[in-house]
Amino acid sequence: MSEVKRGYVRPLDLKHGRVDMTHGSGGRAMVQLISELFTRHLGNAYLGQGNDGAVLPAAVLNGKPARLVMSTDCHVVSPLFFPGGDIGCLSVHGTLNDVAVMGATPLYLAAGFILEEGFALAELACIVESMARAAHAAGVPVVTGDTKVVERGKGDGIFITTTGVGVLPDGLELGGARVRPGDVVLVSGSMGDHGVAIMSQRENLSFEASIESDTAALHGLIAQLLATGADIRCLRDPTRGGLASTLNEIAGQSGVGMMLHEKAIPIKPVVAAACEFLGLDPLYVANEGKLIVICAAADAPRLLATLRAHPLGVDAAVIGEVMADEHHFVQLTTAFGGRRIVDWLAGDQLPRIC
Amino acid sequence: MKYIDEFRDGEVAKTLALKIARLAQPERSYSFMEFCGGHTHAISRYGLSDLLPPNVRMVHGPGCPVCVLPIGRIDMAIDLALKQGVILCTYGDTLRVPASEGLSLMKAKARGGDIRMVYSTLDALQIARDNPEREVVFFAIGFETTTPPTALAILQAHQEQLSNFSVLCCHVLTPAAISQILESPEVRQWGTVPIDGFIGPAHVSTVIGSRPYEFFAEEYRKPVVIAGFEPLDVMQAILMLVKQVNEGRAEVENEFARAVSRDGNQKAQDRVAEVFELRREFEWRGLAVVPYSALMIREKYGSFDAERRFKMDYQSVPDNKACECGAILRGVKRPQDCKIFGTVCTPENPVGSCMVSSEGACAAHYSYGRYKDMTP
Amino acid sequence: MCLALPVKVIEVGCGPAGDWAIVDLGGVKKEISLALLDDVQVGDYVILHVGYALSKLDPQEAERTLALFSEMAESVAAAS
Repeated sequence: MSEVKRGYVRPLDLKHGRVDMTHGSGGRAMVQLISELFTRHLGNAYLGQGNDGAVLPAAVLNGKPARLVMSTDCHVVSPLFFPGGDIGCLSVHGTLNDVAVMGATPLYLAAGFILEEGFALAELACIVESMARAAHAAGVPVVTGDTKVVERGKGDGIFITTTGVGVLPDGLELGGARVRPGDVVLVSGSMGDHGVAIMSQRENLSFEASIESDTAALHGLIAQLLATGADIRCLRDPTRGGLASTLNEIAGQSGVGMMLHEKAIPIKPVVAAACEFLGLDPLYVANEGKLIVICAAADAPRLLATLRAHPLGVDAAVIGEVMADEHHFVQLTTAFGGRRIVDWLAGDQLPRIC
Repeated sequence: MKYIDEFRDGEVAKTLALKIARLAQPERSYSFMEFCGGHTHAISRYGLSDLLPPNVRMVHGPGCPVCVLPIGRIDMAIDLALKQGVILCTYGDTLRVPASEGLSLMKAKARGGDIRMVYSTLDALQIARDNPEREVVFFAIGFETTTPPTALAILQAHQEQLSNFSVLCCHVLTPAAISQILESPEVRQWGTVPIDGFIGPAHVSTVIGSRPYEFFAEEYRKPVVIAGFEPLDVMQAILMLVKQVNEGRAEVENEFARAVSRDGNQKAQDRVAEVFELRREFEWRGLAVVPYSALMIREKYGSFDAERRFKMDYQSVPDNKACECGAILRGVKRPQDCKIFGTVCTPENPVGSCMVSSEGACAAHYSYGRYKDMTP
Repeated sequence: MCLALPVKVIEVGCGPAGDWAIVDLGGVKKEISLALLDDVQVGDYVILHVGYALSKLDPQEAERTLALFSEMAESVAAAS
C-alpha cells in the first residue's frame, strides 16, 4: 500500500503547459502557479510572507513609528453587474479588505483599468460611480490610476486592478503563520453568498434566488475587533476558493491542523439549495465581505460578541478549533456525525451532473 | 429542503448502524458493491464506512460515467474541438478528464478549442441556434439517467432541422456493466472480489425501473437493493442486503420506492428507443470492451451523429501504466493501493479518471478520507 | 452518479411548447423541462436531472420509508 508522500507536488509544466481556468480558481493550481513562477522570480522578503498584503518598514503613525501595508488585487468578474454589487465596488472592497486583514488602516487606493474596445461607456460610468461610492463610504481615496484599452476580443469588457496602502502600528502582528494549536476559528457571517449570487446570473446556469453578494468593506469591523485588545492571531477574507481553501492556506502557513464543525458554519438555506442544484460545496464558494478570525481560545467569546454587535457580523459564529497535525489537514465533523477532510479546492468550481 | 434533509439525519443513521451491527453475524463477512458513484460519494462524504461493523465492507463499483470514459473517447472530443473547429458543448464533469498527449478538454480549451460547458442539452441546442455558421457538437456522456435528455435534444434538432447540431454519443448501460463485473474472473473464478450483493442505482432506476435487475438476482443469486443517494438511503440499503444474505434470499428490493417503480419511466424509455440502438461493443475504462454495453444513434437520425458526420473512428488508447483505475473500477483494488495515488495523481493533476469526478473512488477517498491512511 | 434532486413544481405550462415548468428547491427557482413526464401538477415533487424532470416523487412512499426509520429507532431503543 502506498503512503501518501507528503510535500510531493508535480511541478508546473513550463515547457508545454498553458494557462487554463484552474490557474485562477483560488485552489492549489493557483497557489502552485504563484509559488513556482511569481514568487520564484519576483520573490523577496515581503512577498515571501505569503499574506494578503506586505508589511513595509518606515512610516510614522500619529508621531509613532509604524509600518506601511500594501496590497494589490486584480478584478475580473462575469457578469460585471450582479445582485448586491458590481465589479466597481468589488474592486474597492477587495483591496481594502486585503489591507485591513493585515491589521492596517487603509489610507489610499490606486486603480488600473484595462478596457476592451467597444465596451459601453454607460456601463463604465456605472462601474466608476460605484467605485467612487464605495471609496467614499470607506473614507479611502483613489489617489492614482492608469487606463489601457485592448482591441475588441482581447478583454472581457473591463478588468480593474486596485492597489491599497495602509498603515500598521508597530507591535501589531497578524498573519497566517501565527496560528497555534488550541486557537479558535470564527467567521463573521454566512458562507458562499457572493459566489452563488454571481452564479445565479451566469447565462447558462441562470436560476432565481433571493441572494445578494456580500461585497463590503471590512476595515470598520476589523478596527473594532482590534480595539478589544484581544489576542488575534490572524484575519483573512475567504474570497476565491471559499472558506475551505483559505483555512487550508492558513493551516499550511502555520503548520497546524484544524477541526471544524459543520453544524456551526453559517450557510443561508438558499445558498445551500443553490449549491445542491449545481453540485457544489458552499465551503468552496467565494465570499467578498466575510472575515475569518483566528484567536486565542480565551478571547473567542468577546470577539464573537464584538462581531455580532456590528452590522457586518450579526451572523458570526465560532466554527472550529486549531489543533496540532503534522499533515496540516483541515477536517470537519459532519452534521451527520462523521468526520472528513475539507481539502483545498481542486481545479475549478464547476457545476456537475454526476 | 423537503425529501433531502430528512434523509440526512445523523441520529437515525446511528440507529441504522446499530441495527446493522446486530444483524450482521460475526462469523461471516459481507461485501457489497455500490455500483454508482453517487453512492460512493455519499459513503465518503458522510463517513458511512466508519459506521459499519468491520465485517461489512463496501466495494466501489464502476458507476461513474466520467470514470469509465476511455481516453480514446475524450481524444475524439478534443479532436473535434481542435482539428475540426467545432463548438464542443459538454457537461462540466468531463473537462478535466486526462486524455492523450497530456491534454484534457480544459487544456484543449486553453489551446484555442471552442469548448463550452453546458448544464443541459437545451443549452447546447440554443448554442447551435445562435451560431448557424458553426458546427456545434454535444459531447454526450452518462448512464440511462442522462440519455433521455440527449434523445430529446436530437428529436428537437430533427424537428427544427437544425443542420449544424450533432452529438458525440458515449452513453453507456448499467446492466451490461454489472454483468461484466459478475462475469469477471475476480468474482467468478478466483473470488478475489467477493460480492454478496449490490446497492442498485438510484436515478438510473427512475428511468429503467427495477425490473432489469431481476435477472441478476435470479441468474447470479445476488441480492440487489435499489437505493437513493442520501446517506440514510445507503444505510437502509445495507441493512436490507444484510437481511437478505442472512435469510439466503437473492431478490430485488426497492428502498427508493419514492422515485423508482418496477417499470420506470416509459416515456423516457420510448424516446431513447426512438433515437438510439445498441452498439455492438464499447470500450470502458477498467472493464475493457464490453459487448452491447452502450448506445449509438440510429440511421434515421444519422445526420445528428458526430461520428458519422465527421467520419471518426474510435482508437483505443491504453491507460497510463502506473494507473490502477481499471482495477479500482472493478473493485479489485482500493485507491490507496495505487502507487501514484496522492503523489503523482492528485485532483489537480489527475492521471486516471477516478481522480477526476468527485464521485470517482480515488477523488472521494483523497478529498474526504485520506487522513485515515496517515500514521497518527 | 447522476446528480438529481427532488424539487417542487410551482408553475406548469411555460416555455414555447408549454412543456416547461418552474420548480423550487429551498427558495431557488429554476425553469426545467417536463418533456419526459406526463401529468405533472403544481405542487408535485419531481426528480430533476440536467434540466429535465425524470420521475414524480411519491410522497406516500417517502413517508413510508421515513416511518420505517422511526419504527426502527423505537425497536432499537426497546431492545437496548
